[in-house]
Amino acid sequence: MESPLDQLESALLSLDRVTVNRVLSEASASTLPLTRIESLIVPALERIGVGWEEGSVSLSQVYMSGRLCEEAVDAILPPSDDTRKSMPPMAIAALEDYHLLGLRIVYSTLRASGFSLRNYGRTDMNQLVDHIKTDGIRILLLSALMLPAALRIKALRSRLQAEGCVPLIVVGGAPFRFDEELWKEVGADAFGNTASDAISAISRLAGVLP
Amino acid sequence: MKTESMTSSERLSTAMSHREPDRVPFLLPTVMQGAREFGLSIQDYFSRPDLVAEGQWRLRARYGHDALLGFMYGAVEAEAWGGEVIYREDGPPNAGQPPLSGSADIARLEPPRVRDTPCLQKVLRLIRLLKDRAGNEVPVFGSVISPFSLPVMQLGFENYLLLLHEQPERFEQLMRLNEAFCVEWANAQLEAGAGAIAYADPVSSPTIIPRALYLKTGFLIARRTLSKIKGAVATSFASGRCLAILDDVAQTGTVGIGASFLEDLAAVKAAARGRLTVMGNLNAIEMRHWTPAEAEIRVKEAIAKAGPGGGFVLTDNHGEIPWQVPDSVLLTIADAVRRWGRYPLDWI
Repeated sequence: MESPLDQLESALLSLDRVTVNRVLSEASASTLPLTRIESLIVPALERIGVGWEEGSVSLSQVYMSGRLCEEAVDAILPPSDDTRKSMPPMAIAALEDYHLLGLRIVYSTLRASGFSLRNYGRTDMNQLVDHIKTDGIRILLLSALMLPAALRIKALRSRLQAEGCVPLIVVGGAPFRFDEELWKEVGADAFGNTASDAISAISRLAGVLP
Repeated sequence: MKTESMTSSERLSTAMSHREPDRVPFLLPTVMQGAREFGLSIQDYFSRPDLVAEGQWRLRARYGHDALLGFMYGAVEAEAWGGEVIYREDGPPNAGQPPLSGSADIARLEPPRVRDTPCLQKVLRLIRLLKDRAGNEVPVFGSVISPFSLPVMQLGFENYLLLLHEQPERFEQLMRLNEAFCVEWANAQLEAGAGAIAYADPVSSPTIIPRALYLKTGFLIARRTLSKIKGAVATSFASGRCLAILDDVAQTGTVGIGASFLEDLAAVKAAARGRLTVMGNLNAIEMRHWTPAEAEIRVKEAIAKAGPGGGFVLTDNHGEIPWQVPDSVLLTIADAVRRWGRYPLDWI
């Protein structure tokens, strides 16, 4: 018999919302919401992320899985719930890039994994710096599809340093997957190949924040 | 060095017939770089098809590649449907605000007519200018976005995925409109002088959707569309993988397939051999900081994997060389093809 994790992964990949909700509700009787998220949803999304990296899972499945999990998590752990994971202020944005699907996938994956974060969507440099300062952001996730947008992160980093406001930066998206040195070149602190990589990256970075 | 014995047209035609020409044909899709020839911004450059034609001509003279690009920017099709195009100084124009705010707009959508759409007429003028100058010596490639992939720019990617998964009737309605437009647009380019059409279909790649969904959607759409295009079509997945659907793609009526850097070029060539010409798969993002030695190694690797027997065009894996790639790297690639791509490939 398939384990609940196997059932959940299979249901997510086939976009079977009914089974997703059934697996999560069957697990709900004996476990706390955050435990359920960490024992079922996070590993299922991680497996799906690895599948995408290896080429056995498609981006549409990654996106729809994140969306289904986000819906399920919002039902069992509302956004305002105090038991959501306690983390330094975090945000996600696309800097001067008009392609937002990658951002949306990472945002859904993190929310489905119990994290709270702000979503600035598409922004320009000035707006983003203002947001970061106003909200006291300590970890910033940036998604890019276009190479020029990825390269702009270097200028953002310099600008933030000049203004004395230096969040840790996690980057992801196609240019970083095609050039594995690019994240260092733009001055990022971490790079994620997949949306679920972002979970380990921000957990690691949160540990080194003063 | 031995003189090349074929024209670019002969070389491509021979390779695409799965035979070995005098050397491996290659194409460096330097779509924007001509702007530098005139000291213009990318936006100003693309406003002048006469300058783009001249730019293409100069770039071919410099690199010696085997085709001219009757193409400016992918977002021109979103522009034709009423979408916003956003220019930048250091990269291709992007599709901005989509013309459709949601799937409900599909019901009242009408496809643009090519003859009445200035941005498309600009591209047709470019093709005519290139064809007039190149004659039969160098082919001019046109380009269309597939009906199945265009909605990423018409609706935004997220809205499109939701339409695809949750609203089958509206999806079909949009596909019928897009198919009619795509056929008209491709045939207009062929009439203007394009020798072949690149069919950009990234959403069909297994990188984006699973094969099972492709067989019910992008595959059927490609078969219907390509059967109405009156010329040769080669399919590109814009860096997306293709191996899992290669046998299916071969049944759509296409003559070529773009290979991703994410897949082993030898495996793609083995699967395509004798059926589809493989185009690829240099990593143009990484190319930005290649040393001359690295550039030569990458060219040799690609030729060794896919060159034998013909049926191979060396190019990048996306269809566009980034603005940031140095000219010196492109010149090194071109030299390496001339050095290592001469048939017979007896150095392998």
